[in-house]
Amino acid sequence: MLSGNEAVARGAWEAGVQVASAYPGTPSTEILEAFALFPNIYAEWATNEKVAVDVAIGAAYAGRRALAAMKHVGLNVAADSFMYASMTGMEAGLVIVSADDPAMHSSQNEQDNRAFAKFARVPCLEPSDSQEAKDLTLAAFDLSERFDTPVLLRLTTRVCHSMSAVELGERRELPAEVKPFPRNPAKYVMVPGNAIKRHPVIEERIRAIAAYAEDFPFNRIEMRGRALGIITAGISYQYAREVFPEASILKLGMSWPLPEKLIRDFAASVERLIVLEELDPFIEEGVRLMGIPCEGKSIFPLTGEFDPFVVRQSAVHAGLLPASVMEAAPAPQIGALPARPPVLCPGCPHRPTFYVLNKLKVPVNGDIGCYTLGLIPPLSAIHTCGCMGAGIAVAHGAAQAGSPERHVAVIGDSTFFHTGIPALLNVVYNQSPVVTVILDNRITGMTGHQQNPGTGQTLLGKEAPVIELESLVRACGIQHVRTLPALDVKEIEKTLREYVKLDEPSVLIVREPCALLPEARKKWMPLEVLTDQCNGCTLCFRIGCPAILKSEELDEKTQRPKALIDASLCTGCEVCAQICPRDAITFRPDSVFVEKERA
Amino acid sequence: MNEVINFLLCGVGGQGTVLASDVLVNVGLAAGFDAKQAEVHGMSQRGGSVSSHVRWGREVHSPIVGLGEADVLLAFEKLEALRNIKSLRSGGVAVINTQVIVPLTVTSGGQKYPSDEEIHAAFAQVTPHVRYIEGEKIAEELGNLRVANVVLLGALSALLEAGDLLAGMNVDAGTWLKVITERVPPKHVELNKKAFQAGREAVLKSN
Repeated sequence: MLSGNEAVARGAWEAGVQVASAYPGTPSTEILEAFALFPNIYAEWATNEKVAVDVAIGAAYAGRRALAAMKHVGLNVAADSFMYASMTGMEAGLVIVSADDPAMHSSQNEQDNRAFAKFARVPCLEPSDSQEAKDLTLAAFDLSERFDTPVLLRLTTRVCHSMSAVELGERRELPAEVKPFPRNPAKYVMVPGNAIKRHPVIEERIRAIAAYAEDFPFNRIEMRGRALGIITAGISYQYAREVFPEASILKLGMSWPLPEKLIRDFAASVERLIVLEELDPFIEEGVRLMGIPCEGKSIFPLTGEFDPFVVRQSAVHAGLLPASVMEAAPAPQIGALPARPPVLCPGCPHRPTFYVLNKLKVPVNGDIGCYTLGLIPPLSAIHTCGCMGAGIAVAHGAAQAGSPERHVAVIGDSTFFHTGIPALLNVVYNQSPVVTVILDNRITGMTGHQQNPGTGQTLLGKEAPVIELESLVRACGIQHVRTLPALDVKEIEKTLREYVKLDEPSVLIVREPCALLPEARKKWMPLEVLTDQCNGCTLCFRIGCPAILKSEELDEKTQRPKALIDASLCTGCEVCAQICPRDAITFRPDSVFVEKERA
Repeated sequence: MNEVINFLLCGVGGQGTVLASDVLVNVGLAAGFDAKQAEVHGMSQRGGSVSSHVRWGREVHSPIVGLGEADVLLAFEKLEALRNIKSLRSGGVAVINTQVIVPLTVTSGGQKYPSDEEIHAAFAQVTPHVRYIEGEKIAEELGNLRVANVVLLGALSALLEAGDLLAGMNVDAGTWLKVITERVPPKHVELNKKAFQAGREAVLKSN
């Protein structure tokens, strides 16, 4: 049993991939984590997706099979590199994996990256389960070398994170020696004079791949009944099989370019033709451009992800299936339920910063990471968040537009390395008084603890130089730089109050390892509420800690519930203890904060 | 047997829903079924609602279970059980851990956690086959709250044996224990075996 991601990693290894580079991002992260475990390969966490694609391109120029993996929005970051790789081709196979996220389980949008393949004149392969994820990874490398093109391997969350059985194969042996690096400027130096000659080459290439697609073994027709024919690809194939057991299916393992003759033959052999695909009508539009009548998005949703229920319900509405196929779904009468959004964990070192920002009532331009959860009430201290690295420049733009308040940008350590640095340089160069808070939790948190340039370790477990944020920020030209322990509520408040009054840019680095790191877990120690001293003032509920509950006991005077700490969740971060005005929450025996209070 | 048996597992991030579904899919495979599992990683793990899908059958296509299509709802928390009730088919089996994890929207947002009466009434409208298991209490007696998920798997195994979902297919306790043993850290194997047995007994003694 392998997940789709593990199967891609296995396929890459079997294909003889020598170099793989990625930036972590759900749902793609496990591809590199799994690949890194194989022997005799090189794998790395790059600082961002563009860097990852350039690294893979360099390896493929050098004659070694290479892979870069990312989530769908990572390809936006890497688009520039993806486009030139299509223009140049390579000396060895290059596969770019894009893990799309229909329904946005962990993403800011649900863009359909098949459009990138068409845009770049690059073939797109789409597996529908783990076995195909492995098989198509192997096929992608062969295709890449046969046509001198990068190949886009497009996954979706339900392929990445579903487990199904996979048959394993052997690794393709590599020639021991790496050939000298090619000196071929006409192909690899894309100045206008060379690029203008390459453009017709890649247009001809995609026409040749379209011809090859007619016989591509993963494009196949499964003939059953003639009443209904379904063209489908990726995970939607599974729903087609499940919901339409009688229908004939044209299953496209390659969703770009489209095999026109195969589609025409299939269309001619069925009475009604539909296209079943999540998100964009990508295949549907291609089929319509061939002048072949078909239905697709007139029946099935354009947004979100499919499941058997959604597909069945849409099919019944369109008269493709009788209403009797829908079992009456139970519709119990239940009231509105309290939501349970993801929240900052108990002990999260990001919490005090957001508690203070909420108190300061400043506009906060956020970024992508666990700390985006600072948006959730009661912290409610993120006001914009669009993509990786956006916050600092958005704050600068707002400041230059004359926004009347001081803007604070918050960004994590890994995100700062990813795309925060150019934005901070811009703040210094173009001079706005933006306050940037770097939330340094010593790891890439949201995606499940990946190493980054600040952690001192690589993906392969080698020691690495630790990039010091303070020097980096000073080198960017920031004069006001301070580092504080991330759990020190008072000092963070003091510094931020000072920094928002400055007329120059400033950076506050707050540092504390993620509370879920193994070393941090060893220090967990639950705190207690001293019930006699608690008067139910509710202040500690306002830090949004899942470990602080309302007790059954009411304060006699205020008639409000007293606080209660869930010992199974509390890590002993002491943030609640610091803000309690009645000293009703215990500190750790070795607390640094209680000393300060006494002093 | 039915063509495919659909399980929907749900709980709160950190409760071990992912490990439980990993066990469940591998038990299906070990018992000779085709099996698939689907879950979502990332943001939903941070104390939010989580769900995971497992399917066993002769041939399994979709890795996920649609609304009203789950034969079994295995819920590790009561509010999450209610949140996912529409996934359960009429007459399906619900195995519900009585544990309560109060969401922040209740602690600091003034929303109300549903009462036991509301939960019981809602499930009674869907199916008579509802089993409430005191997973948290049993796990606490065993000395580790984190094995509540395996207690629930034990209860599920006993219910599957007693019910007609498997229709003759044999998935015995030994298969479950073997898969669990392979999937927990060596030093926790004994504890997890005990948790599994305790879950089975909770069902068997009440039958």
